[in-house]
Amino acid sequence: MFAHALNAYLQVQVPGVAERRITDIFKPMGTPGYAEREAALFTIGVTAVIFVVVAGLIVYTVWRFRRRPSDDSAQEPPQVYGSNQIEAAWTIIPILIVFVLIGVSARVIAGVENASPPPKALKVRLIGHQWWWEVQYPDYGIVTANEIHVPATPDGQRATYLELTSVDVIHSFWIPELAGKTDLIPNRVNYAWIDPRVPGVYVGNCAEYCGTQHAQMLLRVIADTPENFKTWTEQQQRPAENDPQVSDARNVFGSLACVNCHDIRGTPSVGKFGPDLTHLMSRRTLAAGVLVNDTKNLRAWVDDPQKAKPGCLMPSMKLNDQQLEQVVSYLQSLK
Amino acid sequence: MAQDNVIAADALQMEREWKLPDRGTIGVIFLIITETALFTMFVAADLIYIGKSLTGPYPKDVLEMPIIATVCLLSSSGTIVFAEHALRRNDLGKFKIWWLVTILLGLYFLYATGAEWHKLIYEDHLTIATNLFGTTFYSLVGLHASHVVVGMTFLLIVFITTIFGFPIQTQERRVKFLSWYWHFVDWVWVIVFTVVYILPLKVF
Amino acid sequence: MASIDYPLEHPKAEALTPEFSFSESLYKWVATVDHKRLGLMYVVSALVFLVIAGIMASVIRMQLAFPLNHVVGPDTFNRLFTMHGTTMVFLVGMPMVAGFSVYLIPLMIGTRDMAFPRLNAFGFWIFLLGGCLLYFSYIGGGGLSGDGSAPDVGWFAYAPLTEKAFSRGAATDYWALGVLLSGVGSIVTALNVIATTFCMRCPGMTLSRMPMFVWVMLIDAWLVLVALPPLSAAQIMLELDRHLGANFFDTQAGGSAVLWQHLFWIFGHPEVYILIFPAFAILSEVIPVFSRKPLFGRPAMVGAVTAIGFISLGVWAHHMFAIGMTSWSNTFFAASSMLVGVPTGIKIFNWTATMYGGKLRMQTPLLFCIAFLLQFLVAGLTGIMLAVAPFDWQLHDSYFVVAHFHFTLVGGLVFGLFAGMYYWFPKVSGKMLDEKLGKWHFWLFCIGFNMTFLTLHFAGFLGMPRRIYTYYPGRGWDAINLIASLGVIPQAAGILCFVWNIIRSSLRGIPAGDDPWDAWTLEWATTSPPPEYNFEKLPVVRSSRPLWDLKHPQDPDWKYE
Repeated sequence: MFAHALNAYLQVQVPGVAERRITDIFKPMGTPGYAEREAALFTIGVTAVIFVVVAGLIVYTVWRFRRRPSDDSAQEPPQVYGSNQIEAAWTIIPILIVFVLIGVSARVIAGVENASPPPKALKVRLIGHQWWWEVQYPDYGIVTANEIHVPATPDGQRATYLELTSVDVIHSFWIPELAGKTDLIPNRVNYAWIDPRVPGVYVGNCAEYCGTQHAQMLLRVIADTPENFKTWTEQQQRPAENDPQVSDARNVFGSLACVNCHDIRGTPSVGKFGPDLTHLMSRRTLAAGVLVNDTKNLRAWVDDPQKAKPGCLMPSMKLNDQQLEQVVSYLQSLK
Repeated sequence: MAQDNVIAADALQMEREWKLPDRGTIGVIFLIITETALFTMFVAADLIYIGKSLTGPYPKDVLEMPIIATVCLLSSSGTIVFAEHALRRNDLGKFKIWWLVTILLGLYFLYATGAEWHKLIYEDHLTIATNLFGTTFYSLVGLHASHVVVGMTFLLIVFITTIFGFPIQTQERRVKFLSWYWHFVDWVWVIVFTVVYILPLKVF
Repeated sequence: MASIDYPLEHPKAEALTPEFSFSESLYKWVATVDHKRLGLMYVVSALVFLVIAGIMASVIRMQLAFPLNHVVGPDTFNRLFTMHGTTMVFLVGMPMVAGFSVYLIPLMIGTRDMAFPRLNAFGFWIFLLGGCLLYFSYIGGGGLSGDGSAPDVGWFAYAPLTEKAFSRGAATDYWALGVLLSGVGSIVTALNVIATTFCMRCPGMTLSRMPMFVWVMLIDAWLVLVALPPLSAAQIMLELDRHLGANFFDTQAGGSAVLWQHLFWIFGHPEVYILIFPAFAILSEVIPVFSRKPLFGRPAMVGAVTAIGFISLGVWAHHMFAIGMTSWSNTFFAASSMLVGVPTGIKIFNWTATMYGGKLRMQTPLLFCIAFLLQFLVAGLTGIMLAVAPFDWQLHDSYFVVAHFHFTLVGGLVFGLFAGMYYWFPKVSGKMLDEKLGKWHFWLFCIGFNMTFLTLHFAGFLGMPRRIYTYYPGRGWDAINLIASLGVIPQAAGILCFVWNIIRSSLRGIPAGDDPWDAWTLEWATTSPPPEYNFEKLPVVRSSRPLWDLKHPQDPDWKYE
C-alpha cells in the first residue's frame, strides 16, 4: 500500500501544473513570505556577524591560552577580577543591536498582521478537522476539502484572505512558500492572507500537533491563472453530476452509511462530519493530500482507510467487492 | 605569623557576630510566595472568564455575598493575633480561649461555604460542569477552602495538644509561622471574594 | 530575633566504616536525610532516565531516517516523542537541578546539611513517585486511540487535544498526575535551597562572597518557586475538565484553548531557564579553576543571572506567535525575548574573558565547557531568530525549533552537566574518572550531537514540521534526516564510554584526594567523599575563594574584593 502510494506520489504531475514540493522558506512566492524573508535575512545577517566575532574570540582564546606541555605548572597567571568598562561595552552594544531587531520586527509584524483585505480579495474559510481541511468559499457557495484554489496574480492584486478556525483541536495553516503559519483554534477565528504570484501547486503540512495522523494532514494551495480560477469556481458551483450511467451505483451508495458523514450537494447525502465529495474527481489527491486521486488508490481508500492512514476517523465499512465497485464507480462520476 | 593572629582574631569575631535569617521565617515567606503564584493562575482564569458563560445560571441569579462568613474569617486573623500575644505573655488560659475562637470562626467559614455550595448544587443546579461560571467559581473558592482546611487541621493539632498538656510556649516560633499561614489564607479570601462576588455582581 | 538553627554537630565519626548487612545498607539509603546521599540519588535517577529517553530518541531517529519508514506506527511514534520530551524535561533536567543543588550547596557554603533535611528526602521520593507513575502508564494508560499505553499528547499537552473527548483513555491523566507530583518535589526542594542559602552560610560568607554556583542555583530555585505553580494550576484545571466536567479548556462551553497555552508557557519558558541554570552554575566553577583565574566580572555575572531570573518571567508568549495575538502583543513578546538574550550573552562573554589570559588545562571538564560556549552561542543566536516574530511565523513548530532547543538543552545543559560530573566525580566518589575515556566520550558525543542537530536546522528552513511520524520523499528532507539519524551512533557510543568510565573508575579509579583540581571553593576543603558531617569544624571565610586565600597567604582575594 505504502509502496504504491510512494510511487504514485512521485508521479503526481497533472499536465501543465507543476507541484512545488520543495518548500523553501527562503524562496517565497507571495507578499507575506517576502516580508518574512526580509526580516529573516536581516536577522541571519546580524546573528552571523555576532557568531563570527564571538566564536572567533572563543576559539582564539582557547588556542592562545591553552597550557603548553613545556609550561611549568606552579606559576598562576595574573588574577584579573573584571573590568567595568568592558562590562559596560558588552552590555550596551547588544542592547543596541536588540533595539534594531525590535524595530525591524515591529515593522514587519504590523505590515503582515494589520493588513486589511482590499475590496477585491477572495474570501476563504478554512476549518480544521482531525485530519483534513474543510474549505469554504462563502461568496461562491462552494465547499470542498484539502485543496484550496486561488487566483495567482503577478503583482498580488487579487489576494486571498482566509478565516481560520477548527471544529476539534488546534491545527495550523502553513504553506511555507506563501506565508508564515497561523493556527486554527476551536472557538476562535484567526485571519491570514496569501497572494501567490506564480501559478502552481503549493504544498504544506498541518503545523500543530493534532493527534495520531497529524503527519498526514497535508494541504495544497493551487494557484490558478485568473481564467482557470473562474472555470474552476463555475464548475464547483454546480451540484453533483447526475450521470445516468452510474444510477445503480448511486443507489448503492445512498443505501450505505457513507451518506451520514459526507455531503454531496444535490443528493440526499448531507453529512458534515467528513469532507464534501460533490466534486471529488476535481481534486488531485485523497485523504488530505496523502494519496494520488486515481482508481486504484480510491478503491483501496474506500475499502480500508486505516491502511493508508491508521487511526483516521473514517472506518472501513467492510463492503463486499460488488458494493466496493459500485461505490467507487459512483464516486468517480463526481467530476 | 602576626598576620595569622589577625586572621584568627577576625575569624572569632566574625563567628560571634554572624547573624543570618531564621530558616523557618524564610521557609514560610517563600511558601506563601509559591502559593500566591498558584492562586494567581486560578484568579486569572476566573477574570478572563467573567461574563463568558454561554448558558445560565449566571452569578446575578444565584450568588449571595457571604458577608458573615467573610467577617468571621477576617476576624479570625485578629483573634489569632490576640492568641499569640497571650502566648508571649505566657497566659496559657487566654491563649487557649483566643485560639479556640479562631478555630470556631474558621469552622463557621467552612460551614458557610459548604451550605452555600449545597444550595447552589441542589437548588440552583450549578455544578463545576454547568458552565464557565460554575467551573471558575468552584475551582477558585474550592482551592481557597482547601487551604483553609489545611490551616484548620494545624490549628486543631495545636489546640488539642495544648489541651492535653503539651507545653506550647516552647513552640512560640512555630505558632508564629502557623499564624502567618493563617493570615495568608484569610487575606487571599479578600482577593477571591472580590473576583468571585464583587466583580460579577456589582461591576459587570 | 534571628538565630542560627543548625542540626546538632556530630561528634567526630569513626574513621573506618563498620560492616553493614545488605538490608541495613538499603535502609540507610531509603531512610537517609543526608543531602549528599539524596543528591547522589537524584543524579543517578536522572542518568537512568537519560538513558531511557535517549533510547526513545534513537527509535524516533530510526523511524525518521527514511521517508515513509515502517519502524514504528503513528501511535507508537507519538507516544515516543511525548515520553521522550516529558522524561527529559521532568525526569532528567529537574532532578539534575535538584541533585546538583542539594549535594553541593551545603558543602560550598560551609554547613552540614540543607535547612530542611527531611523535606529534602520528601522532595526526592515524591519526584521518583511521579516518574514511576508516568511510566506506569505503559501498563495502565489508554492513549488517543485506545488501549493501555503511555501519553501521546506531546510533552506540552495542548488543550483541547488533552480533553476527554480527544484523549479518551487514562494516558493523559498519568501525564498530568505524574508530572504534578514531581512538580511538588521540585517546589519543596526550591524552598529548601532558598532557606539553606539565606540562613545557613558559614561565618564571613556574605551573599556577595557566595560561590557563583550557589548564586545561580538560588535564582534557579526562585524561578522554580514562581514558575512551577502555573503548571500545577493548569494540570489541576485539566484534571477537573477531564473528570469533573469542568470547562476551563472546553471550547464547546465557551472555554479557551489558548488559556492552556498561556498557563503552560508561563511555566514553560522560565522552565527552560530553570533547566539551563545548572550548566551556567557549573561553568562558573569549572572555567575559573581550569583557567587558573577568578571568574571575570563576578558582580556582572550575579546581575546577569538575576536579570534573567526576572525577565524570563515576561517572555512566554513567544511560543504563541502563531495563535493570532494582536500585533502589539506579538511585538511586546518579541522585544522581551530578545532582551533576555542580553544578560545571557554577557555571561558567555564573561566566561570567555575568564579564560583569556589564563593557563587553560585542556582536560575533559574544560572541553565540555568550551563546547558549551560555542554550542550555546549558536543556540542563543537561533533563539534570537525565533524571537523575531515574522521569522518565527515560518520557523515555529518546524524542525528549526527542534534544532534550537536541542542545542540549548543538549549542546548546552547536557554538556554542562558532563563537565560538572567529571569535575565533581572525584569529590563524590573519592576516585578520578579516566581522562582518556573522558576525551573519547567528549569527541564522540560532540561530533554526533552536531551531526544530528546542526543539520536539522535546515529541515526547518525547508518547511519540515515537528511531531510527524513520517514524511514524503521529494520534499528535500531525505538527506538531512538520514544524516541526523546517523548522528545517533556516535552519541550513543559517547554515552557508553561515559557509563563505562563511571563503573570502571568507581571500582578501580585513581584515588582523588581532597582537592585533585587545585580548586578554591569550600567543598574541596574536606575529604573525598566528604564525611556525613561535611566539615570537622565549620569554616570562616573572608573572600569568595577561601582556599585561594589559604594557598596564597601573601596574595589573598580579600585584598582585592
